[in-house]
Order: sequence, then C-alpha cells, then structure tokens
Amino acid sequence: PIMTMCPLYVEKERHVKANAWDYNAKFCYADNHIKTSKYNIFTFLPINLFEQFQRVANGYFLVLLILQLIPEISSLSWFTTIVPLVLVLLVTAVKDATDDYFRHKSDQQVNNRQSQVLIRGSLQNEKWMNVRVGDIIKLENNQFVAADILLLCSSEPYGLCYIETAELDGETNLKVRQALTVTSDLGDITKLMNFDGEVICEPPNNKLDKFTGTLYWRDNKYPLDNDNMLLRGCVLRNTEWCFGMVIFAGLQTKLMQNCGRTTFKRTSIDKLMNTLVLWIFAFLICMGVVLAIGNTVWESWIGRNFQVFLPWDESQRSAVFSGFLAFWSYIIILNTVVPISLYVSVEVLRLGHSYFINWDRKMYHSQTDTAAEARTTTLNEELGQVEFIFSDKTGTLTQNIMVFRKCSIDGRTYGDVYNEFDQKVEITEKTACVDFSFNPLCDRRFRFYDSTLVEAIKLEDPAVQEFFRLLALCHTVMPEEKSEGHLVYQAQSPDEGALVNAARNFGFVFRARTPETITLCEMGQAVTYQLLAILDFNNVRKRMSVIVRNPQGQIKLYSKGADTVIFDRLDPSSEDLMYTTSEHLSEFAGEGLRTLALAYKDLDEDDFEIWMKKLLFASTVIENREDQLGALYEEIEQGLKLLGATAIEDKLQEGVAETIACLNLADIKIWVLTGDKLETAMNIGYSCNMLRDDMNEVFVVSGHTLQEVQQQLSIFFFDKACLISNFSVLRSAKEHILGLSRVGSAGDVEKTDMFLHDSVFEETIIAEYALVINGHSLAHALEPLLEHILLDVACLCKTVICCRVTPMQKAQVVELVKRHKRAITLAIGDGANDVSMIKTAHIGVGISGQEGTQAVLASDYSFAQFRYLQRLLLVHGRWSYFRMCNFLCYFFYKNFAFTLVHFWYGFFCGFSAQTVYDQWFITLFNIVYTSLPVLAMGLFDQDVDDRTSLRYPGLYKPGQQNLLFNKRLFFLCTLQGMGTSFLLFFIPYGAFSVMVKEDQQAFAVTIATSLVIVVSVQIGLDKHYWTAVNHLFIWGSVTVYFAILFAMQSNGMFGILPSNFPFVGTARSCLSEQSVWLVILLTTVVCVVPGLAVSFLRVDLFPTLTDKVRHLQQSRKREGPQGQNLRRVRRTSSRRSAYAFSHQQGYGELITSGKNMRASAVSSAHSPGRTPHSSNWIENMLKRKNEVSCISDESGDRAKNRLPSSSTEPELH
Amino acid sequence: MMASSYNAKEEDGHHSGASSHGGAGAVKSKKPDNTAFKQQRLPAWQPILTAGTVLPAFFVIGLIFIPIGIGLFVSSNNIKEFEIDYTGVGESSPCHSCAKNFSWNSTTPCLCSVDFTLEQPFESNVFMYYGLSNFYQNHRRYVKSRDDSQLNGDRSALTSPSKECEPYRTSEGLPIAPCGAIANSLFNDTLELYHIDANGTSNSIPLVKKGIAWWTDKHVKFRNPGGNGNLTVAFQGTNKPVNWRRPVYELDPSDSENNGFINEDFIVWMRTAALPTFRKLYRIIQKKPSSTPTLPSGKYVLNITYNYPVLSFDGRKRMILSTISWMGGKNPFLGIAYITVGSICFFLGVVLLIIHHKYDTRNNSADIPN
Repeated sequence: PIMTMCPLYVEKERHVKANAWDYNAKFCYADNHIKTSKYNIFTFLPINLFEQFQRVANGYFLVLLILQLIPEISSLSWFTTIVPLVLVLLVTAVKDATDDYFRHKSDQQVNNRQSQVLIRGSLQNEKWMNVRVGDIIKLENNQFVAADILLLCSSEPYGLCYIETAELDGETNLKVRQALTVTSDLGDITKLMNFDGEVICEPPNNKLDKFTGTLYWRDNKYPLDNDNMLLRGCVLRNTEWCFGMVIFAGLQTKLMQNCGRTTFKRTSIDKLMNTLVLWIFAFLICMGVVLAIGNTVWESWIGRNFQVFLPWDESQRSAVFSGFLAFWSYIIILNTVVPISLYVSVEVLRLGHSYFINWDRKMYHSQTDTAAEARTTTLNEELGQVEFIFSDKTGTLTQNIMVFRKCSIDGRTYGDVYNEFDQKVEITEKTACVDFSFNPLCDRRFRFYDSTLVEAIKLEDPAVQEFFRLLALCHTVMPEEKSEGHLVYQAQSPDEGALVNAARNFGFVFRARTPETITLCEMGQAVTYQLLAILDFNNVRKRMSVIVRNPQGQIKLYSKGADTVIFDRLDPSSEDLMYTTSEHLSEFAGEGLRTLALAYKDLDEDDFEIWMKKLLFASTVIENREDQLGALYEEIEQGLKLLGATAIEDKLQEGVAETIACLNLADIKIWVLTGDKLETAMNIGYSCNMLRDDMNEVFVVSGHTLQEVQQQLSIFFFDKACLISNFSVLRSAKEHILGLSRVGSAGDVEKTDMFLHDSVFEETIIAEYALVINGHSLAHALEPLLEHILLDVACLCKTVICCRVTPMQKAQVVELVKRHKRAITLAIGDGANDVSMIKTAHIGVGISGQEGTQAVLASDYSFAQFRYLQRLLLVHGRWSYFRMCNFLCYFFYKNFAFTLVHFWYGFFCGFSAQTVYDQWFITLFNIVYTSLPVLAMGLFDQDVDDRTSLRYPGLYKPGQQNLLFNKRLFFLCTLQGMGTSFLLFFIPYGAFSVMVKEDQQAFAVTIATSLVIVVSVQIGLDKHYWTAVNHLFIWGSVTVYFAILFAMQSNGMFGILPSNFPFVGTARSCLSEQSVWLVILLTTVVCVVPGLAVSFLRVDLFPTLTDKVRHLQQSRKREGPQGQNLRRVRRTSSRRSAYAFSHQQGYGELITSGKNMRASAVSSAHSPGRTPHSSNWIENMLKRKNEVSCISDESGDRAKNRLPSSSTEPELH
Repeated sequence: MMASSYNAKEEDGHHSGASSHGGAGAVKSKKPDNTAFKQQRLPAWQPILTAGTVLPAFFVIGLIFIPIGIGLFVSSNNIKEFEIDYTGVGESSPCHSCAKNFSWNSTTPCLCSVDFTLEQPFESNVFMYYGLSNFYQNHRRYVKSRDDSQLNGDRSALTSPSKECEPYRTSEGLPIAPCGAIANSLFNDTLELYHIDANGTSNSIPLVKKGIAWWTDKHVKFRNPGGNGNLTVAFQGTNKPVNWRRPVYELDPSDSENNGFINEDFIVWMRTAALPTFRKLYRIIQKKPSSTPTLPSGKYVLNITYNYPVLSFDGRKRMILSTISWMGGKNPFLGIAYITVGSICFFLGVVLLIIHHKYDTRNNSADIPN
C-alpha cells in the first residue's frame, strides 16, 4: 500500500470510485473501524490522571497537599492528605479502566463482524473494520448493513430491496430501496468487478433522510438520492442478497454522525452539593480569617512576651505575618469539613444503587431474558425526584403487536367467550382457544377464543364468508411462501397484517398475488380473483378499496375504512345493520380496540367499464391528478353494503394502565410524545387510562398557523384558569390574552377582558383536563412567543399527548419543560426516534428487548417493559434519593462535628493551628473509622419496603419537592455538627481543666473516642433498617477504632518509627481511668439526646406520610399478614376509535405496477385444488393433537408476548 | 434479531426463536439471583421512634445519671485540695524580690519561702503538683519542637536532632540534647515542704520523686543513648539546652538512675499540657504506715528555689497539694454536669410525655391516603 500524506482539510465534496482503492486512498476517508474507547494501555495513566485532576475536588486536594509540604504552615503531616487522595485516585482509575475495557470489547465485537467484500475478482470475508470506502460488498438477508452504501443491484426485480430501519428511526415497517436502473443488472461478480463508476456526493452529515450525489459512469451522469442508499444500522429484509458500494464508513456514517456526543448528565443533588461545597469553602475561609486574626492578636499580646520560652521563627517577622501563616495552617486542618471521601463515597453509593437495579428480579423480563440495567451509574437519586415523564407510544406503551380480537358480522358480535351460565368470561392465558386444525394453512400462533365464529365459517354462512373474503382481498400485503404452506406476510402496517392473518386462519388464505390477480385458498379451495383496481388508502380518504372480478365473473368492490367514512357511503338498505354495527363498534371502542368497518358492493360490468376508462384517463393527467383520482374513487365508493366491523387490539404492554395510574398518584405527570396519528394516539390514551370519559375536557389543538394555535391555547387557558381561580395563574392568563391581542382580532380581546372581570371569584373546581396537540401545531407552539402558554396549558392538564411529532420536537418539548419548570424529567422510549429525547431529558430510559438498540444505547437505564418504570421510580428511585439524602446529611454532620473541634481549640492554644487529635486519627477518621457504617446506611437503608412504596405512591412526593436534602436541611445538619463539636470540645475541657491528667495526648484520645462513639450512636439513630451488615459495620468500626488506637500507640509501632507514633501508651493509661469513661459517656449522651428529642417530637407531632406508613407497616407486621386490597384499574371508555392504518400512502401503486413481484411468483400462481396438505390427513392429525390447547410448549417463544394483558401483576399489590 | 409486530413477520422470528429456545439450556439466563442481598430483602431490625421507646430512654438516662452525678459530686467534695500561688506578683508576697530580680545569668539561686496553714488533715497519699497559668505548652510551634527519636536514645538523632527543634537545635556548634523548646523550658523551681509542729520546729516532709511519670514514658518512650552506661560518655559531643544550668545527665544529683532522658521530672514536663493553665505532678507524699494523717492540719512552710521566670508573659506559678479518689483529682464539674444532664433528661421525658399525650391523636395511620 502506498502511504499518502493526508491533507487536513474540511471535506466539501466526496469523491468515491468503485473498485479503486488507490484513488480513494488519496482522500483519507475514515475507515470502517469504530472506536468508542478512550484509553489504551500506554495512554491510560497520563490521560486518566489528567482527567481526574481536572475535577475541582481532586485539584483542591492536590493544592492542600502542596500547602502541607511548606514547613512553616504545615499543621498536619503530609500523609493525612496523600493517603485519602491516592485511595480516591486509585478507586476512580480502576472504575474508569473497567468501563473502558468493556468499551474496547464492544468495539471489538462490532469491528470484527464479518462482511463479504469483492476483492480481486472474488468475494472474500472481511472484518467490518477492514471495509473501505469504494469497496463493493455483498449483503445477505437479515444482515446488518456494515456502512453507508450505495445500492447497486439486488436479488429482487428492478433492483429493489427491503430494509428495516428500526435502529435508525425506530419505525418497524419495511422500507423499499431501489438501485439505479443502470446498475441493477450488475448482479454478477465479473460485471461488478468491472464497475468503475465514480460517486460525487455530499460530505458526511447526520441527516438520515437526505442524500444528494451523482454517479458518473460510462460518460453519463445519474442523480442519486436517499432511495438509493442503505445506511449503516439497517437490516436487510426479504431480499436474498444485494450488492452495494461503500460511500461512508465508520465514524462518518450517518448512524455514527447521529450518535452525537453524550452530554455528561449531573443530578440536581450533584449541583446542590457543589453549591454547598462552595459555601463550605467560604465558611472555611471565614473560620480561617477569624482564627488568623485571633492569631495576630494573640501573638502581639501574649506570644510576644512568651518568647522567653517560645521564640518566634526567623521567618516570622511580625504578628501579622504569623496570622497570615496561621490562616493557611487552619485551612489545612479544617479542610476535613469537605473530605475527599465524600466524593468517593457518593460514587460508591451510586454504583451500589445501580447494582441493586441490575439485580432486581422484579424488573427482569423472562420472555426476552432481559434484566434491567443501569447504564449510567451517576443518576440514581434523581430517579426519586422525577416530576415529568415523556413517553414514546409505539413499543413503549404498546407492544406494536396488533391482534385480531373481535368482529361484528351481519349484526352479530364474535370474540367474547361465555360460560355455561351465559356470563361473559374474562379471557386469560388459560382460556382454551379455538382449534384451527381444519385449516392446514393456519398460523399456529393465532389465538381466537370464540368458537361460534368458526362454526359459522363451517356452516358456510355467506355473510361470514364474504367478510373474510374481503379481509383476504382488500389490502396491500405481500405474501411470501418460502416452503409449501409456510406463509410469511409482509405488510406495511401491523393492522393490515393482523387482518389478513385473521382471514387466513378462518379459512380465507391469501396466498399469492400478481399485478393482476390475487389467489386465495378459500376453505381449501384455491380461487383466483382478477384484481381490477386498488383504490388506495390515504389520510384524507381514511379507507381503501379493491375492485376484483371473481371466478364467476362478477365484479365486486370491497372496501374497508374508518366507520364514519364507511357509514356515510352506505346503501340505505344497510341502515338497520348500521345501527347494530354502530352499537357494536362503541362496545369495541369501549374496550380500547381499534375498529374498521367493512363493506362491499356489486358492480355492474358496464358502469365499471366507463369508470375504469375515466380512471385510466385521470391517472395520465399531470395536473391535479390526486384530486381527480380522489373524486373518481369517491364516485364509485357509494351505495356500499355493510358487512360488519373488525376490532383489533393494539396490544398495550403489560400493566401499562396500572403503571400510569400509579405514577399519577405519585404526582408524576406523563406526557405521551408519539409519531403516530392523532386518532391512534388518543385511542391509546383512552386504553391506558390517560384519557377518560369522566374528564372535564379533552382539548385538541390542531391549528395550522401561529395565530390559530395561539388563539386555541389562550382561550382554553383562560377558561380553565378562571375555574381554578388561582391568581398567579390568572395573571399569567391575562398576560397571554394581552399577548394574543397583538396577533389576534380585537373582538376576542374584548370578550375575554369581560370574562376576566366577571369570573375571577368563581368557585374552585377540581377539574381534569387533557391536552392533545398535533405535530404541526406543536411546531408553532414551541416558538418562543407561545412556549410559555403551551407550558402553562399543559401543566393545567392531567394528561398531555403530542402526536405526529418528529424526534427533534420530542427533544424540544423535553427541553421546554426542563428549562422552565425546574423539574426533573424522564424520557422513555424504544426507538431511534426517541434518542434525542432520551439524551435531552435528565434521565433517559430505553426499552430493551425490542428491535432497535439505539434507544438503549443512548439511555441511562434500560429494561424490557414499561411497567418496570414504576418500580424503578417508586422503589429504586425513592430509595436512592432517600439514602443519598440521609447519607449527605449525616456526612456533613459528621465532618462538622469532627473538624470544628479544632476551631474551638484554637481559642485555647494561641490560635497556633495545633490539632486536637492525633495525626493518624485525622488520616483515618473519614476513610476507616466512619466510612463503612455510613456507606452501609447509604446502601441498605430502607424506611419502608418495596411493596409499601408501591402501595403508597404518595411516598414519592417528598423527592419531587426536594424535601429530604436541601439548603435548609444542610444548615440544620451542619448546625447539629457544630453543636456536637462544641460539646465534644467543652465537656472534656470542663472535665480536664481541673483534672490530674490534663496532658494533651490524653485530651486528644478522650475527644477522639467520644467523637467516634457519638457519630456511631448518631448513625444508629439515623438508620431505619438494621441488617446484619449494618450491625457488623457499626460495631466493627468502633472495634476497629479501638484496635487501631491501641496498635498505633503500642510500644512496637513506636519502636519502629518513634517520631511518627508519639502517642505511645496514651490510650492505655488514659482509657484505664474511670473518669475518662465518665467524660465519654457524658459527652455522648449530651450530644445525642437533643437530636433524639427533636426528631421524636417531629415524628410525634408532625408525622410525615413516611412516618405514618412506617408506623402502619410495623403494626401490621406485628399483627401478621393481612389480606391486601388490590388496586385494579379498569378501562372505562366508550370512545370510538378510528381507522388506524399506517400513516403513509399505501403500496397500491407498487403492487399494480408489479414492480415488487418476483418473477417466479408471477409465473407460478398456485393452481386450484392442489393444496397438498388437504390430503395428508396423518399430518393433520398430528397437528391437531399439538394444538388442542393453546398453552403449548412455546413458552420460550415470543408468541407468549401476545397473550392477553389481563394477567395479574404481583408487584402491584 | 428481535422481530416483533404482527403475525406475518412473527413467522420469521419464530424460527430463530425456536432455535434459540433449543439452545436455551446452554445459554445462561440473565435472570438475577434470588438472594436476599441482591433483592434487598436482608432480614433487618427496623426500629422506629415511638413514645414507647423514646420516653423510657429519657427516664432511664435520667435515673442513671443523677445517682452517678451525686456519687461523683460527693467523692469530689471529699477530696482535699490546697493550692498556693507563689509567683510573687504582689509587693507583699515573699517571692516578689526573686520574681523581680530574675536574671538568666545569675549563678546563685534565689530562695524564698511561703507559709501556709492546712485547716484539715490530708489522709492517704498526697500528691504535690506545680501549676502554671498562661503558659502555652499547647502552642503548635512549641508542641512540635522536640525530637522523639532523640529522646528515645537514637544515636544519630542525638548528634543531629530533627529540624523541628529549631531554634533550640544546636548551640555553640554542638547539637543540643535534649533539643527543642519544650526541653529548653523545663520547669526548674525546687519545692520543699516543711511542717511546723506545735512547738515550732520545722520537719522536712519526705517528697518521693519516683513514680510520677507514666510507666510507658519512663520505660518505652524515653531512653538514654547507650543504655544505662556512663551517661557522661553517652552525651559527649552534645550541649545542654540554652536555659539549663546543668546538662541532662546531671539532672538529679541524688539518684544516678534518674538522670538523662529518663529523669522523671523531665518526662513529666515533656508530656505537654492540653490547655494553657495546667498542673503537673511534682512529688508524692506517701502515706505513713501509722494511722496519723499524711499531712496533719497545721502550719507549713514551702521553700522555693526560684529559678523559673513567668512574670514576663504574665504567667503564674502555683503549688498544689491534693488527695485523690477513684475518679482522680478534685473535679466538681463532672458531678454537677451529670446531675444537670440527668435532671434535664428526666424533665424532658416528662415534657415529651405530656406533649405526646396531648397530641396523641395526630399520629393516627387512618388518614393515610391510599
């Protein structure tokens, strides 16, 4: 290989030539190697240390260390700082190293994936990292695309290929990509070898849906766009193979460009802690100044005279200078108010909390074998403070699985199961499902529980037959029959797939299609229909129809669509049926099902001929083609005969409604942000109980202009604000209205002004509202002018649903709330379209186990099911917050109590920065004597257990209100610490000032021992949950203190290093005195009792919910287990759902053009009556045997996902 | 590859699912272990603050502390203590001239004597202390101005003392032994006690100078260089501290075992005091074998060899005689503190009990919103 010097320039245009390595090498494009790791073995130490010292805390301790090395001011030995500092650096370095090791591993795994590259005339397996720009690579079905490649040719006709872009944009439906016509016949190796086209295109960027470039080949130019590109991260589907040319590789691919830099998230406690640490520094400096002034005064009044016995140093020229030195000396001794161990301990706690999340079996999903994972270990306590949840819909709230649940045919409903007493039975996993064994082509995982429908089919009820025939004919699904009888349907939307699949099971099997025909297998008989026209779906029509000619020669129009749309076009003869069906539809909608109405029409041959001619003409028109076609469709879709209606369940994930209800009780607001349509979104809103019939108003914003949106928002807000009659809200309402007057019409203002005066004192009504806002309205509402009112309105509402929002808007909404509400936000989603929102929110949660992994990769926490969110927040989040707050309170208390003793002592030792304690005690106090008990408290403490926290969601509220650790509590803690330090000093002072053993070392040992005992007793009182570990740590720490005390002051240690262990023998002689123990006992009691009395009074007089629940929990435990009341949430909605097809234009055109038909499929439509299975009765028998019960051995299979969600949830109770 | 969505597609996933199902036995499930630790279900004692636990605690503390306090107070009161200030500040005080005419260079010691009367006899062993006030033995620069290695008999430290000893590290080019400000400022007054009996004769009271230092100090911390050989030789090449009249190996002319670094007066001095007003044990007056009190009531004379200047920094020198009890010397503070704390706890218990009973209804779990 030729080494070329790569110029450093900004790429303006990319030139890539196929099969021309040398040419492409000139440009030095990024190779396909991906590196997310930060260090290697050699760079680890310097880079890591550099990073660590960038942290303020570490830098601060380094400065302290340097200060201590100056002999004039060093009041402590160097080891008191260096031992903790080294320990901290070491722990952090180990953690960073492990993290990076895992990054290396995952990089390696991705880089080593195999792909087939065309090298020197043959396909060779290469690792992904060795793929270069300009290479031609071959992809096979279900493979991940290795880089951004230009599609050259594929196994499918017309160079089509299908991809799934779930990793990129979160959409699970298939997308079509097509090769340029000129390259689509390059499908063999020699031709590809000789391909020498050059692509000139845009430089790397992160726009997923745009690509502009030109292919220069054989002196021709061909424009390229996004339809020709396969992007890294896509998966090839339904395409045997394809060839492509690498355009962007590695870090320059659109996927990687989109990843963006993950911003480092910090919790609010972190920020508060930083503020507090700054305050403490300020306080430290104040103390230093006070003591320095004291030193100056002392030196000039007393020290000057005391020079007989203690002459001034040569360096000490004046009392003022001595004060200056004393300042620094005191900064050194008092630095332990912010011990370095604080930061390490906080990290350790968070890590521990993360492990508890990872270990939680109740957040483990056995079907997908995924456990919850805390991917970020630094945000745990924030989980206990969440106020807003932004949720994606598809894949998060719903499973994105559509299930054919019920239908209404000719005025009769099917789908409910009744027992022998004619009572409706709730369908559970155990309900026996219908045996479809009569149908060899059935989908074995299809479940239907009402056997009457099958009976009707078998009785050849014409309406039922026509119903399923319609379902089998009227769609744009593509079938794929890999082996005989093994059908795979490719549908554009899950709804369609579900309907066709239902028809398949009921004996109307859609088997094959050509541009002109559709072949069904009707009750074992192959029937071929001539497909005359597809009247495709779009958003306005809300229906689709097909016109077919059946073997008998009749022309029929089959139509399915939204009930309102279909009902408008019915023949008067169907009126009665329409009323019954309408009732059924309401019933279905009440159960949260998505409904479609089905109708058909017999067409007259001649009329059809005329219409068809018009259609052909219209489809050649260039101007207004859409409108003309629409009018023609409208013309023929009249006078329909109603067949019935279908009800599809957009399956919610398990426990979604309960979870939402529970989170609502915890005062968490849930906003749904979805890319779906308004109707679908609202439907889901109803089915998961976010929208309810008993809500006062569901307010839909769907304005198209800024003014419209503003008007809608303002008026709604004003109305509601009046009702709530809260002055601050009203004032802001007035402001908004006035703002409106600038844009809106004058009349409106007058009207609203009138309102404003009249209804201020209207009585307070507790009302529930819901806001549903459309994507295009949201775009306006998010503008600076309107964002405030949007937020105000949204916060008035219990439920907010934003639909048809882009990923960008999702992030904007989150950003809006984050910016103005000072609340903790959490975003949860599963697809790549949620990544931006997940990254923006304070906490991002990814649903794992679904198709894409982008969301999970960007998230801070991931788990398999939405319902685990309530456990994550209400249990783990709450505990983490509670523990962290208790930890911090205690930690600050402890260190103030420990350190301020020096301050008091300063007044008795001539402000000379003499320490009270032994140097070793200062070194070890924070890292040995008191670290483990407080860590154990921070890790294991629970005020209430997990079941109780789920049962009383109100327990979550203190976190949202920052009640457990805030500035006030910090002051109280430090005040308590100061008080304790005061008593710790002055009680021994009182005792020692007249006692025999008043030497300094005995004094030090007495105070140190008292301190260790006092803080141990205090943590015992602060602790709510004494596990064996806590016992071990507390008793162990006190024991270790005494052990180390005696060891450090033993003859042996002194013998080794006399100058480092000057305290030899002190503990022995001091602690053998009863009076010393009496002093310690007195100090302990005096320090602890006031706090005890205060907290008792607080609990007794002003119990919080937590105290009450704890009380209850304990009394219940004493009484033994009781029957617990179950909280179930029932859906109560009678709302009609609407047509719920894919929101894109259908595939109709593609089908009728025959572009996507495989040559083989076109030629070999299955001949009638030759379904081999129908004769093979032995096989049938076997099958039947396996399918009697639906509870088959498929437990490991994903099919179980689709079982009814009515199963009970143990966590809830 | 996790296909989800609708049925048709499921078909595809079914195969992969089935195959992975077959291999499921080999693949380790990610299901977390069901241990009490990992599931945070460790058995635990969950105390809560209730009237039933807190109030008795207060009463118990009260009931324990008050008797202890009374015991301490009584035994402290039974301790006899006599204190006399001999600094010589006032014109009339006997040591005034010694204090005023103090000079470092004087070769003749200044003597003065103070008369005093003990009203009550002192039984059992009597401890004799000297007390200093306004003397900052706890000043940082003072405290660190010593070399423990040197005091422990380390030869190299003897000849080159630690830098901490500055400015008392060397004198006249020789290392100082013992070096440092603490040693340099050794209290060097000599106190002698005479009892004037009824007929006016003064009897010297035997003062024991051994056993006043801690055992560990005498035997572990302080050692002479070169063991107990010839101290003059051992300390050759060193100089005495600037303020001292005699070198360290001649501190106690009467007892050769009590010389060098293990001189007990020196050891006691080297154990620095915690507070600027302190007392240090000087001598022990041992109990007589007969039943007569150690120090009968009556007149006494304290003879002082006044060597130690304190007036320049407004210091005070005292001589204290005290008996001791099980709890140490006379100390009314502890007894009073115990009685006070015990009473407050008891009182607090009563107050809390009243408050609790008055507002008991509030702590009712019935109003928990479910």
